[in-house]
Amino acid sequence: MAEVLFFIAATGAIAGAIGVIRLENPFYSVLSLVVHLLSLAALFLLLRAEFIAAAQVVVYAGAVMVLYVFVVAYVGGAEPMRRPYAPGLRGLSVVFAAVILVELWIALLGTGLKAVDAEGARFNPAAEDPFGSPGALGNALLQKFLLPFELASLLLLVAAIGAVVLARRRRGAGLEEDDAALISVVDALRPEGTGTMKEGVSGLPDVGGTPPGSHPKGTTRPEIAAGAGESRRRGEGDDWEGGW
Amino acid sequence: MSIGWYLAVSAFIFAIGAGGVMVKRNPLVILLCLELMLNAANLALIAFSRMHGTDDGQVFALIVMVVAACEVTVGLGIIVAMYRRRVPVDVDELRELQG
Repeated sequence: MAEVLFFIAATGAIAGAIGVIRLENPFYSVLSLVVHLLSLAALFLLLRAEFIAAAQVVVYAGAVMVLYVFVVAYVGGAEPMRRPYAPGLRGLSVVFAAVILVELWIALLGTGLKAVDAEGARFNPAAEDPFGSPGALGNALLQKFLLPFELASLLLLVAAIGAVVLARRRRGAGLEEDDAALISVVDALRPEGTGTMKEGVSGLPDVGGTPPGSHPKGTTRPEIAAGAGESRRRGEGDDWEGGW
Repeated sequence: MSIGWYLAVSAFIFAIGAGGVMVKRNPLVILLCLELMLNAANLALIAFSRMHGTDDGQVFALIVMVVAACEVTVGLGIIVAMYRRRVPVDVDELRELQG
């Protein structure tokens, strides 16, 4: 039974991995990676790593792949390649990959470790926290590996902040139209109206140009917008800014 | 199944991922191939953990998953930033940092 399951899962994992690099459309590559990850979770289960298998499905096949799908849908699929491959580079890469495979097989299977050919250590399912159970992993994480555990949380925090900083709308960086949109502390302290003549004429607070994406009248406050409409009605015609 | 079979599969997946990183030009697919390599390492870690009968390898695998999630987040953030700035999403076109 375990042999059959292993070969099904291993075939799925390898086929998924080949699909990732063989399919042209990145969207299909992502879906192929999902197949690969699920097969790998089955392999983890066969190795009695229950918690890791569950985490693999939830974290990888769930969260990370959703992130991928969103970005692929945002950036778009396959674009035509502008520059042709340098001659021979592609074949050389495949040769390098084959060399890595042979080297890894020699290193892993030609090892002197006798236990590699065995089924693994004795497994006692009747123990209080058997091997691979969430309890055993939790004990290991919070006792023996407490520092890596805490560092991992810190790393996740840094990555989350970094992703927000990287993917937000760019501001500054020497672009003129973006400089107007820079927000400073003074903006928060300053009252909305600054008492210029333009305000007295139009009834709108002078915010010095409209930042991109904001309301075209310079503010989104409804009472000011309504007042602006009133002043527009008072002025005759469309030339309401200089109508006084 | 002996542990050696799992290690063989792990090496195969790692080689596929390494080849993909070298051949592919779309950074999205390169990130996917990095995932392949990290998962192959995870499989080897868990296989060795099973071989020794201790939980340490599984903890390593969990940490690797955390690091992979961080790498994906930052990498995808960079790709989105590239797309926003109209930089071609192609690693061969990204020559700004060259010499």
